[in-house]
Amino acid sequence: MSPPVPAVPAVPAVPVPAGPVISIRGLKKAFGDREILRGVDLDVSAAENVVVLGRSGTGKSVLIKLLVGLLTPDAGVATVLGQDVHALKPAALDALRRRIGFSFQNSALYDSMSVAQNLAFPLTMSAHGVSAAEVRDRVADALEAVGLAHAIGQMPSELSGGQRKRVGIARTLILRPEIMLYDEPTAGLDPVTSTEINELINQVQQAYHTTSIIITHDLTCARSTGQRVAMLLDGQVSRVGTFDEVFASDDPRIASFYAYNFTNSEHA
Amino acid sequence: MIHPAVDGFALGVYRGARFFQRFVTEVFLPPYHFRELVAQCYEVGVRSLPLVTVTGFITGIVFTKQSRPSLAAFGATSWLPSLITIALVGSLAPLITALICAGKLGSNIGAELGSMKVTEQIEAMEVSGINPFKYLVVTRTLATTLMVPALMLYCILVGLLGSYLNVHGNEATSVAAFLKGGFSNIHFLDIFSSVVKCFVFGFTIGMIACYKGFNASSGTMGVGRAANASVVLSMFVIFIEEVLIVQIITWIRGF
Repeated sequence: MSPPVPAVPAVPAVPVPAGPVISIRGLKKAFGDREILRGVDLDVSAAENVVVLGRSGTGKSVLIKLLVGLLTPDAGVATVLGQDVHALKPAALDALRRRIGFSFQNSALYDSMSVAQNLAFPLTMSAHGVSAAEVRDRVADALEAVGLAHAIGQMPSELSGGQRKRVGIARTLILRPEIMLYDEPTAGLDPVTSTEINELINQVQQAYHTTSIIITHDLTCARSTGQRVAMLLDGQVSRVGTFDEVFASDDPRIASFYAYNFTNSEHA
Repeated sequence: MIHPAVDGFALGVYRGARFFQRFVTEVFLPPYHFRELVAQCYEVGVRSLPLVTVTGFITGIVFTKQSRPSLAAFGATSWLPSLITIALVGSLAPLITALICAGKLGSNIGAELGSMKVTEQIEAMEVSGINPFKYLVVTRTLATTLMVPALMLYCILVGLLGSYLNVHGNEATSVAAFLKGGFSNIHFLDIFSSVVKCFVFGFTIGMIACYKGFNASSGTMGVGRAANASVVLSMFVIFIEEVLIVQIITWIRGF
């Protein structure tokens, strides 16, 4: 059984710009003839957790990959921390990316490196003039924050799915990001580990004052982490609000999503 | 209407050219990952030594053994050192080293980068603000470009050692006499052209393996395909380059 996740140590809040930290306007993306996003509009305010919900294949992951410039949109504008992501030059885009933490669905840990090296890598590559002692301290702090201090010398292949997720989150925290993007944080995890990850997401938001977008189709995760929920249907955000507001809709697609994902498991 | 195969080939050539262009741009721009370059040189150079040693040594022995009867028929076994040295320096060592490296390093790099691509490790570098092309492609391509010529020179040495053992076993020739006879017909241009050839071969291996790995897709099958294509395409291009470079060297010798 994994050890309990300790409270994430708080860091001082950084001044946030007025208006939305993330602003998405008319974002469209197609792969060949297949239109995935058909004009997505969404605003995310500072220090807010927004969950983007949707069925598999509706373009949730595409949406956050567009936000960090891993993909280029066919139309529309994505503004992150006041900068138009797709108008930035490579150096400026790299600088912006260092202010954003991205937690991958499959963790994407560097499998040839130990846990400590995984965490130290972005720090040593991105931040010049960081001493070896500081790198060691920040690695230890980040691992402590996700409750995996004991795994510092282990290889990614020796970790469980939940531990890999936590190391993935710790690796993003090491650069002290202002924004966190989580791609299916609870996918493939058992309910207990999923709950721990949900708690961790909330702790990270409170301690690091991050603005977060959480991509998921797990309604438990959406309810426990999202201050607001955006429902992605047919390539567009069809409804935004609190969890209860979104699922109070009469839209049969939303009702069926709820029935399939939530009611069934509650009655199971 | 363009045939899909022609279209695919043209697209592949275009993408390859863009990849090469990106390499040429990125190799001169900071940051420079010297530590990773040294680590890759160790991986490419030192870890290939056992294979090059065995192959070069056996080639030296076998080539000497098989050439002996032909020369003995004319009473010209004293030309063996010279024949072997010319063959090793001019063609055998560069080709053997390049083909061994294409097999070993091509599959290694193709599979490693392919696996990193399909498990989103390359994307993870990108979103951390690290340029994966510079960190992975530039360092590996430079390492193969620098190490293949060094391995070729080493292959000549062990090949000559194998040849010497065979010659010494039959004619009790001294090392000094063997080397004197061997290098009597070797000029600076012979060694220089082989080294240049190996720079080209090393660059080809690194570039193709990185391109295939960096553009791998379709899960584990894509990784296998990237590794396989790296080896096959590298070997094919190496043979074409060998023919072209020999033509160029012959043309230069004409002056």
